[in-house]
Amino acid sequence: MPSEIRTSDGELLSVKLKKVERRRRTTAFLLAAPLLFFIIFAYLIPIFQMLGRSIDNVQMHEFLSDTHDVMQTWDGSEMPGEDVTSTFFYELKGLVEEKNHGKIATRLNYEKGGFTSLIKKTARKLDDFDENANFLDQFIDVHKKWGDIEYWLALKRGTDAYHYRKYLTTFDFEQKYDGSIERIPEKKRINVTLWLRTIFVAAGVTFCCFLLAYPISHLLSVLPTRYSNLLMICVLLPFWTSLLVRTSSWMVLLQKQGVLNDTLVSLGIVADEGRLELMYNMTGTFIAMTQILLPFMVLPLYSVMKTIPPSLMRAATSMGATPFHAFRKIYFPLTYAGISAGSILVFVLSIGYYITPALVGGAKGTLISNRIAYHMQQSLDWSLATAMATVLLIAVLIVYWLYNKIVGIDNMRLG
Amino acid sequence: MALPKYTETRYRVWHYSYLVICTAVFFFLIAPLFVIIPLSFNAEQYIHFSDGMLALQPEAFSLRWYEDMIYGTKNPWGIAARNSIYYAFFSTIGATILGTVAALGLSSRYMPYKQLIMSILISPMIIPLIISGSAIFFSLAKLGLAATFPGIVIAHIILGTPFVVITVTATLSGFDDSITRAASSLGSTPTNTFFKITLPLITPGIISGALFAFVTSFDEIVVILFVAGGDRNLTTIPLQMWTGLREQLSPTIMAVATCLIILSTLILIVTELLRRRSERIRGISAQ
Repeated sequence: MPSEIRTSDGELLSVKLKKVERRRRTTAFLLAAPLLFFIIFAYLIPIFQMLGRSIDNVQMHEFLSDTHDVMQTWDGSEMPGEDVTSTFFYELKGLVEEKNHGKIATRLNYEKGGFTSLIKKTARKLDDFDENANFLDQFIDVHKKWGDIEYWLALKRGTDAYHYRKYLTTFDFEQKYDGSIERIPEKKRINVTLWLRTIFVAAGVTFCCFLLAYPISHLLSVLPTRYSNLLMICVLLPFWTSLLVRTSSWMVLLQKQGVLNDTLVSLGIVADEGRLELMYNMTGTFIAMTQILLPFMVLPLYSVMKTIPPSLMRAATSMGATPFHAFRKIYFPLTYAGISAGSILVFVLSIGYYITPALVGGAKGTLISNRIAYHMQQSLDWSLATAMATVLLIAVLIVYWLYNKIVGIDNMRLG
Repeated sequence: MALPKYTETRYRVWHYSYLVICTAVFFFLIAPLFVIIPLSFNAEQYIHFSDGMLALQPEAFSLRWYEDMIYGTKNPWGIAARNSIYYAFFSTIGATILGTVAALGLSSRYMPYKQLIMSILISPMIIPLIISGSAIFFSLAKLGLAATFPGIVIAHIILGTPFVVITVTATLSGFDDSITRAASSLGSTPTNTFFKITLPLITPGIISGALFAFVTSFDEIVVILFVAGGDRNLTTIPLQMWTGLREQLSPTIMAVATCLIILSTLILIVTELLRRRSERIRGISAQ
C-alpha cells in the first residue's frame, strides 16, 4: 500500500510531502512579500485613495452640514426660505472666523462660476447683517447673485458628501438642477475631443509603429548575426536614450526654423515663406511619438520572428505558393504573438503619454494626460482630474487584461 | 540576402524596394539623435546648421556650450547631474534588492497566486505615469516626504522594481534546477547553494535589471515633476531639460543631450556584453 510508505524519520511520506510543499509555498511567498507590501502600501492604496477624490466631497459636506440638512426639505422650485438662509448665514460666519471660507469658495466655484467673488464679498459684509431682519434680502443686498436661484441650487448640490458629476464633465455632459443630464454647450466641449484625439493618436501611432517595425524586424531576424547586431544598434540606441533628448531632437527637426524646414527650403521644395507647420500640432506629436515608441514594437516582433524557421517559407514556395501567398498564409500568422505583444505595449504607453505631447504638441496636439496634469497643477480641480484619471486607468487596465489574455505577463521580455 | 539567379524581375524589384524601406526606417530611428550632436558644437546661439557649419569652417564650431554647461553662471546642470546620479544610485540599490528577492519567490513552482502577484508587482510599469506621479505625490505629502531626497528615492524605487522583477524572472525561467539539486546532494546548505551556484548564474540578469532601474530613475521626468515640487536643490537633469525646453531651445541643452547620448551608448555596450556573457554561461555560443 502506498500510504504505508514512510520517510527515514518515521513520518508518512504523503504527510511529509505536504509539509515540505507548504514550507516551500511559504518561503516563496515570503520572498515576494516585501516588494508586494511595499507596492501595495506605497503605490496602489495611494492610487485608490487619490481616485476616491473624484467622488469625494466630504470636506465641503462637513463645512456646511447644517445648511445641507436644512436644504433637503427645500424643493428648489422657488427661492429658499428663512430656515435655509439663516442656517447658511450662521454656518458661513463660523467658517469666516476659522478662515475656511476660501476653501468653500473655490469648491463652489467648480459647481457654478462666480461663486469665488460671491462668497468673498459676502464674507466681508457678514458683520453688517441684522440678525432680526430677512436674511435672503440682506444676502441680495450684498450681492445680487444671491437673487439668482441657481446659486442656491448649486449650494445645495455642492454640499452633497459624494457625487459623480465629475464623471459627466469628463465626457462633456452636465447635470441640470432638475436632475436631467445634457451635453454642455458646444463651445465648451473639450474633453470628448481630447479623449477621441488620445485614442486616435494611440491607435494611429500603434498602427504606424507596426507598419514600420514589421519590415525591419523581419530583416533583423533573417540577416546573419554580425550584421543584425550592428543594425540592432539603430533600435537599441534610441531605446536607451533619454526621452527628453529624443523629444528635443524632434523639436530641433520640426520647428519652423528647424532642420527639416531648412533642408526643404534649401532644396527648393517649399518656399521660405511657406515653411511647414510641423510642430505645435498633431503632426508633430504623431511623428515624434511614432519614432520614440518604435523600439517597443520592434523588440517583441523581432524575438518572435527569430523563432520562425526559414525552411517553412521555402517549403511553401516549393509546393507552388507564390512568395506573397506563402507570406500571407504561413509567415504572417506565425507573427501574431509578436504583433499583439508589440501593439498592446505601444498602445498602453501612448494612451498615457504626457511629455512629448506637452513639448511638441502645443495646444492642438495635447492628449488626455496633459489635461489631467492641467487640472492637477493649474486649475486645481482635483475632483475632475481624478475622475479623468480613473477613466484613463480603466481604459489601460482593459488593454492590459487583453495583453494578459493574449500574451501572458509571464512572457513579457525587455530588450 | 543575395537573390538566386532565377528570381523573376517583379520579385527582384520588390526585394530591393523592401531593402530601401528598411533603410529608411532605420534612418528614421537613428538620424534624429545624430542631428543633436553637431548642433551642440555650434558657435552661434541659434539651433540650426549655419552656413559656416555646412562648409565645415573651423570657426563655426566651438565648445562654448559645453563650457556654459559646466561653468555657466547660476548653472543648474551641476546640481542636476549630482542629484540625478544620487537618486539613480540609491533607487537602483533598493529596486534591485527588492526586485531580485521577489523574482526568486515568483519563479518558484510553489508560489501561490502567481499571476495576481505578478500583476501587482509590475503595475507601476502599466499605470500611466501621470496617475502614478500624482498618487505618489499625495501619499508622500501625507508622510511629509514630498520634495525631500528620501521621498524621491522611494518614488523611483517604485518605478524601477517592475523592470528588475521582469528581467530577473526571465533569467530564472531558463534556470536549470538540477544544478542546485546536484549541489544539495553533494552536501551544500541552501544558503551556500544560493550564493555559490544560483547567484553567479543569474548575475547578468540582475545587472541588466539594475541597469533598467538605473535608467528609469535617471530619465524619469513625470513623477519627479510632481514629487520635487519645484525645489531647485532637488532638480534632476531631465527636470532641468524639461524646464529649459519649455522656455526655449538653447544650445546648452544640445550639449547636455549629447552627453546623455554618449551615456546611452555606454549603457548599450554594457547590455550587449552582458547578453553575450549570459549566453556563454548557458552554453549557447554567442558567435
